[in-house]
Amino acid sequence: MAILTQDEARTLLQKVLAFSKADECQAQISGREGGNIRYARNAVSTSGQLSSTQLVVTSSFGKKQGISTINEYDDASLAKVVRRSEDLARLAPENPEYMPFVGPQSYQPAATTFIPATANINSKLRADLTEQSLKIAKEAKVTAAGFLENTAGFSAMLNSHGLFAYNTATDVNFSVTLRTDDGTGSGYASRGYNDVSLLDVQKSTQVAAWKAAKSVEAKAIEPGKYTVILEPAAGIVLMENLYGALDARSADEGRSFLSLPGGKTRLGEKLVDEQVTIYSDPWHEKLPTRNYDGEGLPQIKRTWIEKGVVKNLFYSRYWAQKKGVQPIPYPDGFVMSGGNLSLEDMIKGTEKGILVTRLWYIRSVDPQTLLYTGLTRDGTFYIENGQIKFPIKNFRFNESPIIMLNNLEQLGYPERTISGESNSAALIPPMKIRDFTFTSLSDAV
Amino acid sequence: MDKSINLDHMNRKDFLSLAGLGMGGALLSQLPLMGAPVPPGKPFETVDTALKKQLADIALNAARSKGATYTDVRIGRYRNQFIITREDKVLNTVDTESYGIGIRVIANGCWGFAATDKLDHDGIAQAAELAVSIARENARLLTEPVQLAPQKGYGEVSWKTPIVKNAFEVPIKEKAELLLAANSEAMKTGASFVDSALFLVNEQKYFASSDGSYIDQDVHRIWPTFTVTKIEKTSGKFQTRDALSAPMGLGYEYLIPDEKKKIKTVTTLYRDRYDILEDARLAGAEVGQKQAAKSVEPGKYDLVLDPTNLFLTIHESTGHPTELDRVLGYEANFAGTSFLTLDKWKSGKFNYGSKLVNIVADKTQPGSLGAVGYDDEGVATKEWDIIKEGTLVNYQAIRDQAHIVGLSESQGCCYSQSWRDVQFQRMANISLRPGKTPLIPNDLIKNVEKGIYIIGNGSYSIDQQRYNFQFSGQLFYEIKNGKIVGMLKDVAYQANTQEFWNSCTAICDQSDYRLGGSFFDGKGQPMQVSAVSHGSSTTRFNGINVINTARKI
Repeated sequence: MAILTQDEARTLLQKVLAFSKADECQAQISGREGGNIRYARNAVSTSGQLSSTQLVVTSSFGKKQGISTINEYDDASLAKVVRRSEDLARLAPENPEYMPFVGPQSYQPAATTFIPATANINSKLRADLTEQSLKIAKEAKVTAAGFLENTAGFSAMLNSHGLFAYNTATDVNFSVTLRTDDGTGSGYASRGYNDVSLLDVQKSTQVAAWKAAKSVEAKAIEPGKYTVILEPAAGIVLMENLYGALDARSADEGRSFLSLPGGKTRLGEKLVDEQVTIYSDPWHEKLPTRNYDGEGLPQIKRTWIEKGVVKNLFYSRYWAQKKGVQPIPYPDGFVMSGGNLSLEDMIKGTEKGILVTRLWYIRSVDPQTLLYTGLTRDGTFYIENGQIKFPIKNFRFNESPIIMLNNLEQLGYPERTISGESNSAALIPPMKIRDFTFTSLSDAV
Repeated sequence: MDKSINLDHMNRKDFLSLAGLGMGGALLSQLPLMGAPVPPGKPFETVDTALKKQLADIALNAARSKGATYTDVRIGRYRNQFIITREDKVLNTVDTESYGIGIRVIANGCWGFAATDKLDHDGIAQAAELAVSIARENARLLTEPVQLAPQKGYGEVSWKTPIVKNAFEVPIKEKAELLLAANSEAMKTGASFVDSALFLVNEQKYFASSDGSYIDQDVHRIWPTFTVTKIEKTSGKFQTRDALSAPMGLGYEYLIPDEKKKIKTVTTLYRDRYDILEDARLAGAEVGQKQAAKSVEPGKYDLVLDPTNLFLTIHESTGHPTELDRVLGYEANFAGTSFLTLDKWKSGKFNYGSKLVNIVADKTQPGSLGAVGYDDEGVATKEWDIIKEGTLVNYQAIRDQAHIVGLSESQGCCYSQSWRDVQFQRMANISLRPGKTPLIPNDLIKNVEKGIYIIGNGSYSIDQQRYNFQFSGQLFYEIKNGKIVGMLKDVAYQANTQEFWNSCTAICDQSDYRLGGSFFDGKGQPMQVSAVSHGSSTTRFNGINVINTARKI
């Protein structure tokens, strides 16, 4: 029963609420079916399949709240889980920041986030796709390590104020790293979609194979400030630390890069280059997401940064009430606008610069300036006179996405990419940036 | 270790709405996110071992009847409890629990795995059958069949973390009030904000295999932590100082202070027992000193690293590159490979560090996060040398890798984060042995001419082969001519692993030896977390490159 229909979910949740004696009660159920395959050393390694569900019941008495869960669905189990959450609520300390549950909402019709073909992926298809990738690796005489994962899931919620929401979604993610057998060259590619028919495992593997072969005999160049072209898979890991930190409360409290002296914030101010526009849109054709958030608030199309100016920050329901504004939920997907140029066009238009395939091990160095460190990985090349000239050794960088987006030269055509750090998806353009700060060399390939 | 966490059922946002918002970013990014919430303060509903044996036998029989040549079954109940507070508010109390079965098989020479939370006869038998069918399907993608190091069955055995006081059984109210009291201490000494949390872990793991083992284990872990923030209103600048506690394989006794287990240098440091009130009091004052501290002059310094800082450097630069799966290339697509290639180990003379450097792998050390009786493929745990007098002598291996490094048995390094995920090679506790000559931190500092004494772990990052790293900390003290002359800020050190360990010139003795660790060592695809400790004493490294991390935006 891992995936319930809307009617099945509503019926079950109504049954749960019927057991409630609390001031407020909310029941959420979710389930997923998923499978994955890993390969390395040009052969399959581990592979598995998972099926699971979960019912979460939250009960409140005044400002006291308790949460409990179960994954059995007979009447006695449902009664038990409700009673447990009520017992816990009675024991819990009062939370002065407690917010009552959200009442009934009207949502705009949901985008198509569930694709049957993706939900139907089985172990045979996973093995077939892996076989295609391995064939390319073997022909190119390089060694492949890769990962393919598919999931199909649903979630639904119902509360004692009558709010009901339901959605289903599918996902398939693929990534591959090809290395030359002597370990001196490495190339990477990754892709993720709701719809498996868009996934071209062979094309991604070919890109990675090309980079692996071309990155052999990398030259060491001096650390310093360079013009870089960040491919979307490299850009996303810095961008997610910018748009993920657009939080009103920490800005208002003075402990964010958005804070200004005297309790002011950068909301409404120009933060980065005017080429930068970042928005979220649950109905985006390439990145469709849920039309409500985890508390049941509607998700709508919303601009966060427009032409470099901070337009919106996330407001939790508590903070919004305190500040007298509407709550703004955190969206499930971000889109960064760009131009029409392809990555190839951008390379052609670059006199001197560095092409970065991927950035790795990204960690906050200073939250005050949003300074991050990390390294280049799996395909770093020197560009001269519009051409990729030679591979270079990997660098460590210390850079802030704020500084980086003030040194923005050009944006290319945005594409859906997956963060190698958080595994989340976004639409990010290739970015050409001047004076990107590399602070040391790494021997890693 | 990695910050991103496996979310499974819930997405991050849903989880945060459960766990309570308003935590500082430093705490938020580190939440252990396994399982689903259940109420705290309830007696354990443990499943008796006779029932678990029955369930396991269903899986073992079903897999064998479908043609599996090896099967292991893990039935797990994984419990977490979080209490999350800020200043004078308890934001949330969450109990999570997750119960299910994971079945791993070899069929046609290939691994297969399936997991389900449907624990009736049919659910278990179907999962076993699915695991076998996946193995058969994937066998065409093998280059050679899986070779499993032999392992004797132990029969019916059990193991428990030797805790003094079960933290789950301490009333919620008492735990919440302790955090609030700590917050209040920090506010009194000057903090603008305090976020604090207590995380408890209990893994009730039952393992059965076709080798004839039925192993019942009950594992406990605890982690109290906080972040204090101080804001200077006029300039808008802020600084933070994190707790100097460690996640431990202990019960609630970790939170009962013991004066004899405190180490006093320029601040107070804690060995096996923690005093959260004192640490919060000091943190409130020290974050103010950090605000006023001198920004570091970049250059070469002799570093004196406290175990609260050094544990993470050991984790990243010794623990990870000696994991055999990385060395062999199994992690090439995510966590990375290793510079400690097999030829370096085979030579028997690869100079990893100075003669003082002795590093040991261990899964038995009491109080450590890694301590268990058996791993998740039924191998009893042990201790072995990794680096001996500066030379690489061994790796960390599991059953299907042992033959590659000429071992006749596994080293017991195979773990999974839950019943849902397949087990694979995970890091043992990897620790630096203390110095043999008596030496305490205050005496070590006396010999340093130009140095920085670093306490606590901050930012950390290392490349995918573990050569180039950059670490920060919580507290930085400038040392001039053997004396601490004041606090510094904006400090990070960058080094190459081999050069760094070769610059090790002094290690304090056993009396200073302490454990640091993390619940969240991340590896694998899908990514799994693993809990691991690293022991060390205060250690000196000469001539390390220090950068200044201050910027303007």
